[in-house]
Amino acid sequence: MRPLLAALGLLLIWEGFVRWSEVPPFLLPSPLRVADVLWRRWEILWPHAVTTGTEILLGLALGTLLGCATALLLAAWRGGRRWLLPLLVASQAIPVFAIAPLLTLWLGFGLGSKIAMATIIIFFPVATAFYDGLRRTEPGWLDLAATMGASRRAALWRIRVPAALPGLASGLRVAAAVAPIGAVVGEWVGASAGLGYVMLQANGRSQTDVMFAALTLLAGMAMALWFATDRLLRALLPWQPDQLSEDTEKGRPS
Amino acid sequence: MASSDGLALHVSLPAIRLGGRAILGAARLDVAAGRLTALLGPSGVGKSTLLRLLAGLLPLPPGARVTTGDGRPLQGRVAWMGQQDLLLPWLDLIGNVALGARLRGERPDLDRARALIAAVGLAGREGARPAQLSGGMRQRAALARTLMEDRPIVLMDEPFSAVDAPTRHRLQGLAAGLLRGRTVLLVTHDPLEALRLAHRILVLRPAPDGAVAEEQPMPPGEPLRPAHEPAVLAAQAALLERLAEAV
Repeated sequence: MRPLLAALGLLLIWEGFVRWSEVPPFLLPSPLRVADVLWRRWEILWPHAVTTGTEILLGLALGTLLGCATALLLAAWRGGRRWLLPLLVASQAIPVFAIAPLLTLWLGFGLGSKIAMATIIIFFPVATAFYDGLRRTEPGWLDLAATMGASRRAALWRIRVPAALPGLASGLRVAAAVAPIGAVVGEWVGASAGLGYVMLQANGRSQTDVMFAALTLLAGMAMALWFATDRLLRALLPWQPDQLSEDTEKGRPS
Repeated sequence: MASSDGLALHVSLPAIRLGGRAILGAARLDVAAGRLTALLGPSGVGKSTLLRLLAGLLPLPPGARVTTGDGRPLQGRVAWMGQQDLLLPWLDLIGNVALGARLRGERPDLDRARALIAAVGLAGREGARPAQLSGGMRQRAALARTLMEDRPIVLMDEPFSAVDAPTRHRLQGLAAGLLRGRTVLLVTHDPLEALRLAHRILVLRPAPDGAVAEEQPMPPGEPLRPAHEPAVLAAQAALLERLAEAV
Protein backbone atom coordinates (compact mmCIF):
# COMPACT_ATOMS: atom_id res chain seq x y z
CA MET A 1 0.00 0.00 0.00
CA ARG A 2 2.77 2.43 0.95
CA PRO A 3 4.57 2.22 -2.44
CA LEU A 4 1.26 3.01 -4.16
CA LEU A 5 0.75 6.08 -1.99
CA ALA A 6 4.32 7.20 -2.65
CA ALA A 7 3.78 6.82 -6.40
CA LEU A 8 0.50 8.75 -6.17
CA GLY A 9 2.26 11.54 -4.27
CA LEU A 10 4.95 11.72 -6.93
CA LEU A 11 2.32 11.95 -9.67
CA LEU A 12 0.57 14.76 -7.79
CA ILE A 13 3.83 16.72 -7.50
CA TRP A 14 4.47 16.16 -11.21
CA GLU A 15 0.95 17.34 -12.16
CA GLY A 16 1.29 20.35 -9.88
CA PHE A 17 4.68 21.24 -11.30
CA VAL A 18 3.42 21.08 -14.90
CA ARG A 19 0.40 23.28 -14.07
CA TRP A 20 2.43 25.78 -12.05
CA SER A 21 5.36 26.14 -14.47
CA GLU A 22 3.25 25.87 -17.64
CA VAL A 23 5.88 23.69 -19.35
CA PRO A 24 4.76 23.02 -22.92
CA PRO A 25 3.44 19.43 -23.28
CA PHE A 26 6.05 18.50 -25.90
CA LEU A 27 8.72 19.04 -23.22
CA LEU A 28 6.93 17.45 -20.28
CA PRO A 29 3.32 16.25 -20.49
CA SER A 30 1.31 16.13 -17.29
CA PRO A 31 0.38 12.70 -15.87
CA LEU A 32 -3.29 13.33 -16.65
CA ARG A 33 -2.47 14.01 -20.28
CA VAL A 34 -0.38 10.81 -20.44
CA ALA A 35 -3.26 8.86 -18.92
CA ASP A 36 -5.60 10.38 -21.50
CA VAL A 37 -3.31 9.34 -24.38
CA LEU A 38 -2.95 5.89 -22.88
CA TRP A 39 -6.75 5.59 -22.84
CA ARG A 40 -7.45 7.00 -26.31
CA ARG A 41 -4.61 5.21 -28.13
CA TRP A 42 -4.93 1.91 -26.27
CA GLU A 43 -5.95 0.09 -29.48
CA ILE A 44 -2.68 1.16 -31.10
CA LEU A 45 -0.41 0.82 -28.10
CA TRP A 46 -1.58 -2.59 -26.89
CA PRO A 47 -0.37 -4.66 -29.90
CA HIS A 48 3.04 -3.01 -29.58
CA ALA A 49 3.09 -3.88 -25.90
CA VAL A 50 2.29 -7.49 -26.79
CA THR A 51 5.21 -7.54 -29.23
CA THR A 52 7.65 -6.19 -26.67
CA GLY A 53 6.26 -8.52 -24.00
CA THR A 54 6.78 -11.52 -26.29
CA GLU A 55 10.37 -10.45 -26.93
CA ILE A 56 11.01 -10.06 -23.22
CA LEU A 57 9.50 -13.40 -22.21
CA LEU A 58 11.15 -15.38 -25.01
CA GLY A 59 14.47 -13.67 -24.28
CA LEU A 60 14.07 -14.44 -20.60
CA ALA A 61 13.32 -18.10 -21.28
CA LEU A 62 16.17 -18.51 -23.75
CA GLY A 63 18.69 -16.55 -21.69
CA THR A 64 17.80 -18.50 -18.56
CA LEU A 65 18.10 -21.82 -20.37
CA LEU A 66 21.47 -20.94 -21.90
CA GLY A 67 22.73 -19.40 -18.66
CA CYS A 68 21.80 -22.49 -16.61
CA ALA A 69 23.32 -24.84 -19.18
CA THR A 70 26.57 -22.86 -19.22
CA ALA A 71 26.77 -22.75 -15.42
CA LEU A 72 26.19 -26.52 -15.21
CA LEU A 73 28.79 -27.15 -17.87
CA LEU A 74 31.32 -24.99 -16.04
CA ALA A 75 30.58 -26.71 -12.74
CA ALA A 76 30.58 -30.28 -14.03
CA TRP A 77 33.45 -30.13 -16.48
CA ARG A 78 36.84 -29.02 -15.28
CA GLY A 79 38.04 -28.14 -18.78
CA GLY A 80 35.07 -25.82 -19.13
CA ARG A 81 36.38 -23.64 -16.39
CA ARG A 82 39.73 -23.25 -18.09
CA TRP A 83 38.45 -22.75 -21.63
CA LEU A 84 35.01 -21.18 -21.29
CA LEU A 85 35.17 -18.98 -18.21
CA PRO A 86 37.79 -16.48 -19.51
CA LEU A 87 35.82 -16.27 -22.76
CA LEU A 88 32.61 -15.65 -20.87
CA VAL A 89 34.14 -12.85 -18.83
CA ALA A 90 35.81 -11.30 -21.89
CA SER A 91 32.51 -11.36 -23.76
CA GLN A 92 31.07 -9.08 -21.11
CA ALA A 93 33.65 -6.43 -21.95
CA ILE A 94 31.77 -5.84 -25.22
CA PRO A 95 28.79 -3.57 -24.52
CA VAL A 96 25.61 -5.25 -25.69
CA PHE A 97 24.37 -1.96 -27.11
CA ALA A 98 27.34 -1.87 -29.46
CA ILE A 99 26.40 -5.16 -31.10
CA ALA A 100 22.70 -4.30 -31.41
CA PRO A 101 23.11 -3.00 -34.98
CA LEU A 102 24.97 -6.19 -35.90
CA LEU A 103 22.17 -8.34 -34.51
CA THR A 104 19.65 -6.38 -36.58
CA LEU A 105 21.88 -6.83 -39.63
CA TRP A 106 22.12 -10.59 -39.10
CA LEU A 107 18.67 -11.41 -37.76
CA GLY A 108 16.54 -8.77 -39.44
CA PHE A 109 14.01 -6.25 -38.21
CA GLY A 110 11.63 -8.83 -36.76
CA LEU A 111 11.39 -10.51 -33.37
CA GLY A 112 14.62 -12.48 -33.84
CA SER A 113 17.10 -9.68 -33.27
CA LYS A 114 15.23 -8.39 -30.18
CA ILE A 115 14.96 -11.83 -28.63
CA ALA A 116 18.68 -12.33 -29.26
CA MET A 117 19.39 -8.99 -27.62
CA ALA A 118 17.30 -9.81 -24.53
CA THR A 119 18.84 -13.30 -24.40
CA ILE A 120 22.38 -11.92 -24.40
CA ILE A 121 21.59 -9.38 -21.70
CA ILE A 122 19.90 -12.01 -19.49
CA PHE A 123 22.39 -14.78 -20.07
CA PHE A 124 25.27 -13.33 -18.07
CA PRO A 125 23.59 -12.58 -14.71
CA VAL A 126 21.89 -15.97 -14.79
CA ALA A 127 25.05 -17.89 -15.72
CA THR A 128 27.28 -16.15 -13.16
CA ALA A 129 24.78 -16.28 -10.31
CA PHE A 130 24.06 -19.98 -10.85
CA TYR A 131 27.72 -20.86 -11.36
CA ASP A 132 28.66 -18.98 -8.20
CA GLY A 133 26.00 -20.93 -6.32
CA LEU A 134 27.27 -24.21 -7.74
CA ARG A 135 30.83 -23.43 -6.66
CA ARG A 136 29.90 -22.38 -3.15
CA THR A 137 28.28 -25.54 -1.94
CA GLU A 138 28.77 -26.05 1.79
CA PRO A 139 31.87 -28.30 1.85
CA GLY A 140 30.40 -30.36 4.70
CA TRP A 141 27.48 -31.44 2.48
CA LEU A 142 29.89 -32.67 -0.19
CA ASP A 143 31.98 -34.50 2.44
CA LEU A 144 28.84 -36.13 3.74
CA ALA A 145 27.82 -37.15 0.22
CA ALA A 146 31.30 -38.58 -0.35
CA THR A 147 31.14 -40.73 2.79
CA MET A 148 27.71 -41.93 1.66
CA GLY A 149 29.20 -43.16 -1.60
CA ALA A 150 27.59 -40.60 -3.91
CA SER A 151 28.88 -40.34 -7.46
CA ARG A 152 29.99 -36.96 -8.79
CA ARG A 153 26.81 -36.85 -10.83
CA ALA A 154 24.57 -37.59 -7.85
CA ALA A 155 26.38 -34.99 -5.75
CA LEU A 156 25.88 -32.44 -8.54
CA TRP A 157 22.16 -33.06 -9.06
CA ARG A 158 21.08 -33.85 -5.52
CA ILE A 159 23.28 -31.46 -3.58
CA ARG A 160 25.07 -28.82 -5.61
CA VAL A 161 22.17 -27.89 -7.89
CA PRO A 162 19.51 -27.54 -5.16
CA ALA A 163 22.04 -25.68 -3.00
CA ALA A 164 22.69 -23.27 -5.88
CA LEU A 165 19.00 -22.56 -6.56
CA PRO A 166 18.85 -19.53 -4.22
CA GLY A 167 21.84 -18.09 -6.11
CA LEU A 168 20.12 -18.79 -9.41
CA ALA A 169 17.00 -17.10 -8.05
CA SER A 170 18.85 -13.86 -7.38
CA GLY A 171 20.29 -14.06 -10.89
CA LEU A 172 16.79 -14.51 -12.27
CA ARG A 173 15.54 -11.48 -10.34
CA VAL A 174 18.28 -9.38 -11.93
CA ALA A 175 17.47 -10.94 -15.31
CA ALA A 176 13.79 -10.07 -14.96
CA ALA A 177 14.76 -6.48 -14.22
CA VAL A 178 17.12 -6.08 -17.19
CA ALA A 179 15.17 -8.11 -19.76
CA PRO A 180 13.03 -5.11 -20.91
CA ILE A 181 16.24 -3.11 -21.55
CA GLY A 182 17.42 -5.74 -24.01
CA ALA A 183 14.15 -5.80 -25.92
CA VAL A 184 13.76 -2.01 -26.09
CA VAL A 185 17.35 -1.37 -27.15
CA GLY A 186 16.82 -3.95 -29.87
CA GLU A 187 13.73 -2.06 -31.01
CA TRP A 188 15.50 1.28 -31.02
CA VAL A 189 18.15 0.02 -33.39
CA GLY A 190 15.61 -1.11 -35.94
CA ALA A 191 12.11 -2.44 -35.72
CA SER A 192 8.64 -2.10 -37.16
CA ALA A 193 6.75 -2.90 -33.96
CA GLY A 194 7.10 -2.79 -30.20
CA LEU A 195 7.05 -0.11 -27.51
CA GLY A 196 10.65 0.91 -28.27
CA TYR A 197 9.62 1.52 -31.87
CA VAL A 198 6.58 3.55 -30.74
CA MET A 199 8.79 5.67 -28.47
CA LEU A 200 11.25 6.35 -31.28
CA GLN A 201 8.46 7.34 -33.69
CA ALA A 202 6.74 9.54 -31.11
CA ASN A 203 10.03 11.21 -30.26
CA GLY A 204 10.60 12.06 -33.91
CA ARG A 205 7.18 13.72 -34.08
CA SER A 206 7.51 15.52 -30.73
CA GLN A 207 4.59 13.47 -29.39
CA THR A 208 6.11 13.39 -25.95
CA ASP A 209 2.82 12.32 -24.36
CA VAL A 210 2.73 9.18 -26.53
CA MET A 211 6.32 8.50 -25.54
CA PHE A 212 5.39 8.75 -21.91
CA ALA A 213 2.36 6.52 -22.46
CA ALA A 214 4.60 3.84 -24.04
CA LEU A 215 7.08 4.28 -21.21
CA THR A 216 4.31 3.83 -18.65
CA LEU A 217 3.22 0.61 -20.31
CA LEU A 218 6.81 -0.64 -20.43
CA ALA A 219 7.41 0.20 -16.78
CA GLY A 220 4.17 -1.53 -15.81
CA MET A 221 5.19 -4.64 -17.73
CA ALA A 222 8.69 -4.62 -16.26
CA MET A 223 7.34 -4.31 -12.72
CA ALA A 224 4.73 -7.00 -13.27
CA LEU A 225 7.45 -9.30 -14.62
CA TRP A 226 9.72 -8.64 -11.65
CA PHE A 227 7.02 -9.22 -9.05
CA ALA A 228 5.75 -12.33 -10.81
CA THR A 229 9.30 -13.72 -10.94
CA ASP A 230 9.91 -12.87 -7.31
CA ARG A 231 6.67 -14.48 -6.16
CA LEU A 232 7.25 -17.58 -8.23
CA LEU A 233 10.79 -18.01 -6.94
CA ARG A 234 9.69 -17.58 -3.35
CA ALA A 235 6.95 -20.17 -3.79
CA LEU A 236 9.40 -22.60 -5.40
CA LEU A 237 12.17 -22.15 -2.82
CA PRO A 238 10.31 -22.02 0.49
CA TRP A 239 13.40 -22.98 2.50
CA GLN A 240 15.35 -19.99 1.26
CA PRO A 241 15.46 -17.09 3.71
CA ASP A 242 15.91 -14.00 1.56
CA GLN A 243 16.08 -10.38 2.56
CA LEU A 244 13.13 -9.34 0.46
CA SER A 245 10.63 -11.57 2.18
CA GLU A 246 12.01 -11.00 5.66
CA ASP A 247 9.69 -8.12 6.49
CA THR A 248 6.58 -10.02 5.61
CA GLU A 249 7.69 -13.33 7.11
CA LYS A 250 8.58 -11.98 10.53
CA GLY A 251 5.13 -11.88 12.00
CA ARG A 252 4.15 -15.25 10.64
CA PRO A 253 4.52 -18.31 12.86
CA SER A 254 6.32 -21.15 11.13
CA MET B 1 18.75 -51.42 15.69
CA ALA B 2 22.41 -52.40 15.26
CA SER B 3 22.18 -54.96 12.51
CA SER B 4 25.89 -54.72 11.66
CA ASP B 5 28.30 -55.93 14.23
CA GLY B 6 31.33 -53.87 15.01
CA LEU B 7 34.48 -54.30 13.08
CA ALA B 8 37.96 -53.83 14.47
CA LEU B 9 40.06 -51.16 12.84
CA HIS B 10 43.84 -51.08 12.74
CA VAL B 11 45.48 -47.91 11.53
CA SER B 12 49.14 -47.42 10.98
CA LEU B 13 50.16 -44.04 9.68
CA PRO B 14 53.50 -42.59 8.67
CA ALA B 15 54.24 -39.05 9.81
CA ILE B 16 51.92 -36.76 7.89
CA ARG B 17 52.98 -33.32 6.79
CA LEU B 18 50.62 -30.84 5.23
CA GLY B 19 52.20 -27.80 3.63
CA GLY B 20 55.52 -28.44 5.34
CA ARG B 21 53.93 -28.68 8.80
CA ALA B 22 53.87 -31.91 10.75
CA ILE B 23 50.22 -32.83 11.31
CA LEU B 24 50.44 -36.32 12.72
CA GLY B 25 53.41 -38.27 13.96
CA ALA B 26 53.91 -41.83 12.87
CA ALA B 27 51.10 -43.48 14.77
CA ARG B 28 49.49 -46.83 15.38
CA LEU B 29 45.89 -46.86 16.38
CA ASP B 30 43.80 -49.90 17.12
CA VAL B 31 40.08 -49.41 17.49
CA ALA B 32 38.40 -52.37 19.15
CA ALA B 33 35.41 -53.98 17.46
CA GLY B 34 32.02 -52.92 18.78
CA ARG B 35 33.61 -50.44 21.18
CA LEU B 36 33.57 -46.68 21.40
CA THR B 37 37.03 -45.15 21.33
CA ALA B 38 37.26 -41.45 22.17
CA LEU B 39 40.03 -39.32 20.76
CA LEU B 40 40.90 -36.11 22.59
CA GLY B 41 43.59 -33.51 22.18
CA PRO B 42 44.18 -29.80 21.76
CA SER B 43 42.82 -28.01 18.71
CA GLY B 44 44.89 -28.38 15.58
CA VAL B 45 46.64 -31.52 16.77
CA GLY B 46 45.27 -33.58 13.88
CA LYS B 47 42.23 -35.31 15.32
CA SER B 48 40.00 -34.23 12.49
CA THR B 49 42.68 -35.02 9.92
CA LEU B 50 42.85 -38.55 11.24
CA LEU B 51 39.09 -38.90 11.07
CA ARG B 52 38.94 -37.49 7.56
CA LEU B 53 41.65 -39.91 6.43
CA LEU B 54 39.60 -42.82 7.75
CA ALA B 55 36.40 -41.46 6.24
CA GLY B 56 38.08 -41.40 2.84
CA LEU B 57 37.75 -37.62 2.59
CA LEU B 58 41.52 -37.24 2.37
CA PRO B 59 43.72 -39.57 0.34
CA LEU B 60 45.73 -41.95 2.49
CA PRO B 61 49.39 -40.92 2.43
CA PRO B 62 51.84 -43.42 0.97
CA GLY B 63 52.92 -45.92 3.57
CA ALA B 64 49.66 -45.71 5.49
CA ARG B 65 47.91 -48.96 6.30
CA VAL B 66 44.30 -49.20 7.34
CA THR B 67 43.06 -52.73 7.90
CA THR B 68 39.83 -54.07 9.28
CA GLY B 69 39.09 -57.04 11.49
CA ASP B 70 37.78 -59.13 8.60
CA GLY B 71 40.53 -58.15 6.17
CA ARG B 72 38.20 -56.49 3.66
CA PRO B 73 38.70 -52.87 2.65
CA LEU B 74 37.30 -50.08 4.77
CA GLN B 75 35.75 -48.22 1.88
CA GLY B 76 31.97 -48.11 1.95
CA ARG B 77 31.75 -49.39 5.52
CA VAL B 78 32.08 -46.10 7.34
CA ALA B 79 29.40 -43.65 8.43
CA TRP B 80 30.45 -40.12 9.25
CA MET B 81 28.87 -37.56 11.55
CA GLY B 82 30.31 -34.08 11.72
CA GLN B 83 30.21 -31.13 14.06
CA GLN B 84 27.42 -29.46 12.09
CA ASP B 85 24.24 -31.36 11.50
CA LEU B 86 24.67 -30.86 7.72
CA LEU B 87 20.97 -31.36 7.13
CA LEU B 88 19.94 -30.23 3.65
CA PRO B 89 17.54 -27.30 4.09
CA TRP B 90 15.42 -28.20 1.05
CA LEU B 91 14.64 -31.74 2.23
CA ASP B 92 12.24 -32.63 5.00
CA LEU B 93 13.36 -34.72 7.95
CA ILE B 94 12.66 -38.10 6.38
CA GLY B 95 14.32 -36.99 3.14
CA ASN B 96 17.43 -36.02 5.10
CA VAL B 97 17.52 -39.26 7.05
CA ALA B 98 17.15 -41.28 3.86
CA LEU B 99 19.66 -39.15 1.95
CA GLY B 100 22.37 -41.84 1.58
CA ALA B 101 20.22 -44.25 -0.41
CA ARG B 102 19.00 -41.47 -2.72
CA LEU B 103 22.59 -40.36 -3.36
CA ARG B 104 23.55 -43.90 -4.28
CA GLY B 105 20.55 -44.21 -6.57
CA GLU B 106 18.92 -46.84 -4.38
CA ARG B 107 15.34 -47.00 -3.18
CA PRO B 108 15.36 -45.76 0.42
CA ASP B 109 13.87 -47.95 3.14
CA LEU B 110 11.38 -45.41 4.43
CA ASP B 111 10.02 -47.69 7.16
CA ARG B 112 13.49 -47.99 8.64
CA ALA B 113 13.94 -44.22 8.32
CA ARG B 114 10.68 -43.69 10.21
CA ALA B 115 11.72 -46.17 12.89
CA LEU B 116 15.05 -44.38 13.36
CA ILE B 117 13.35 -41.00 13.50
CA ALA B 118 11.14 -42.43 16.25
CA ALA B 119 14.21 -43.89 17.98
CA VAL B 120 15.83 -40.46 18.22
CA GLY B 121 12.57 -39.05 19.58
CA LEU B 122 11.40 -37.12 16.54
CA ALA B 123 8.33 -39.17 15.62
CA GLY B 124 5.66 -36.97 14.09
CA ARG B 125 8.17 -34.48 12.67
CA GLU B 126 8.99 -36.48 9.53
CA GLY B 127 7.70 -33.74 7.25
CA ALA B 128 9.44 -30.86 9.01
CA ARG B 129 12.18 -28.92 7.26
CA PRO B 130 15.46 -28.46 9.18
CA ALA B 131 14.72 -24.76 9.70
CA GLN B 132 11.65 -25.76 11.72
CA LEU B 133 13.71 -27.88 14.13
CA SER B 134 15.75 -26.76 17.13
CA GLY B 135 19.51 -27.27 17.30
CA GLY B 136 19.14 -30.36 19.47
CA MET B 137 16.48 -31.84 17.19
CA ARG B 138 18.66 -31.23 14.17
CA GLN B 139 21.54 -33.08 15.82
CA ARG B 140 19.20 -35.98 16.60
CA ALA B 141 18.18 -35.99 12.96
CA ALA B 142 21.86 -36.13 11.99
CA LEU B 143 22.29 -39.07 14.36
CA ALA B 144 19.35 -40.85 12.74
CA ARG B 145 20.85 -40.21 9.29
CA THR B 146 24.19 -41.63 10.48
CA LEU B 147 22.48 -44.77 11.84
CA MET B 148 20.41 -45.08 8.66
CA GLU B 149 23.63 -45.75 6.78
CA ASP B 150 23.93 -48.91 8.90
CA ARG B 151 27.72 -49.15 8.68
CA PRO B 152 29.83 -51.21 11.09
CA ILE B 153 32.17 -48.29 11.73
CA VAL B 154 30.99 -44.83 12.77
CA LEU B 155 33.32 -41.84 12.77
CA MET B 156 32.11 -38.87 14.80
CA ASP B 157 33.80 -35.49 14.72
CA GLU B 158 32.67 -33.49 17.77
CA PRO B 159 29.09 -34.47 17.02
CA PHE B 160 27.50 -32.69 19.98
CA SER B 161 29.73 -29.65 20.36
CA ALA B 162 27.29 -27.25 18.69
CA VAL B 163 24.44 -27.74 21.19
CA ASP B 164 23.96 -26.49 24.74
CA ALA B 165 25.10 -28.56 27.74
CA PRO B 166 21.77 -30.11 28.83
CA THR B 167 20.90 -31.00 25.22
CA ARG B 168 24.37 -32.49 24.82
CA HIS B 169 23.84 -34.56 27.95
CA ARG B 170 20.58 -35.99 26.61
CA LEU B 171 22.07 -36.60 23.17
CA GLN B 172 24.96 -38.52 24.71
CA GLY B 173 22.53 -40.81 26.47
CA LEU B 174 20.61 -41.34 23.25
CA ALA B 175 23.75 -41.93 21.17
CA ALA B 176 25.22 -44.40 23.68
CA GLY B 177 22.15 -46.60 23.36
CA LEU B 178 21.78 -46.37 19.59
CA LEU B 179 25.46 -46.85 18.78
CA ARG B 180 25.89 -49.90 21.01
CA GLY B 181 27.59 -52.73 19.17
CA ARG B 182 29.18 -50.57 16.52
CA THR B 183 32.82 -49.60 16.29
CA VAL B 184 32.88 -45.90 16.99
CA LEU B 185 35.74 -43.46 16.84
CA LEU B 186 34.63 -40.27 18.56
CA VAL B 187 36.63 -37.07 18.34
CA THR B 188 35.67 -34.69 21.14
CA HIS B 189 36.85 -31.70 23.12
CA ASP B 190 34.75 -32.58 26.11
CA PRO B 191 36.45 -34.85 28.71
CA LEU B 192 33.14 -35.66 30.38
CA GLU B 193 31.62 -36.71 27.07
CA ALA B 194 34.54 -39.07 26.47
CA LEU B 195 34.32 -40.50 30.00
CA ARG B 196 30.58 -41.09 29.79
CA LEU B 197 30.53 -42.64 26.32
CA ALA B 198 33.85 -44.33 25.68
CA HIS B 199 35.28 -47.74 26.42
CA ARG B 200 38.72 -46.35 25.80
CA ILE B 201 40.21 -42.86 25.64
CA LEU B 202 43.22 -41.76 23.63
CA VAL B 203 44.79 -38.33 23.92
CA LEU B 204 46.66 -36.96 20.93
CA ARG B 205 49.60 -35.02 22.31
CA PRO B 206 51.63 -32.67 20.12
CA ALA B 207 55.25 -33.68 19.70
CA PRO B 208 58.03 -32.25 17.53
CA ASP B 209 57.37 -34.79 14.77
CA GLY B 210 53.59 -34.54 14.93
CA ALA B 211 51.04 -35.78 17.41
CA VAL B 212 51.34 -39.00 19.38
CA ALA B 213 48.37 -40.95 20.76
CA GLU B 214 48.49 -41.78 24.48
CA GLU B 215 46.23 -44.18 26.31
CA GLN B 216 44.29 -42.80 29.31
CA PRO B 217 43.19 -44.65 32.43
CA MET B 218 39.42 -45.26 32.49
CA PRO B 219 37.06 -45.12 35.45
CA PRO B 220 35.41 -48.45 36.33
CA GLY B 221 32.13 -49.48 34.77
CA GLU B 222 30.75 -49.63 31.28
CA PRO B 223 29.36 -46.71 29.30
CA LEU B 224 27.00 -44.93 29.61
CA ARG B 225 28.64 -43.84 32.87
CA PRO B 226 26.65 -41.51 35.11
CA ALA B 227 28.04 -38.00 35.14
CA HIS B 228 27.71 -37.65 38.92
CA GLU B 229 29.77 -40.72 39.86
CA PRO B 230 32.84 -39.69 41.92
CA ALA B 231 35.20 -41.88 39.87
CA VAL B 232 33.97 -40.26 36.65
CA LEU B 233 34.31 -36.79 38.10
CA ALA B 234 37.83 -37.51 39.37
CA ALA B 235 38.78 -38.91 35.97
CA GLN B 236 37.31 -35.84 34.32
CA ALA B 237 39.50 -33.56 36.45
CA ALA B 238 42.58 -35.68 35.73
CA LEU B 239 41.83 -35.77 32.00
CA LEU B 240 41.25 -32.01 31.90
CA GLU B 241 44.64 -31.43 33.51
CA ARG B 242 46.23 -33.88 31.13
CA LEU B 243 44.75 -31.98 28.18
CA ALA B 244 45.81 -28.62 29.58
CA GLU B 245 49.40 -29.93 29.83
CA ALA B 246 49.27 -31.31 26.32
CA VAL B 247 49.03 -27.92 24.63
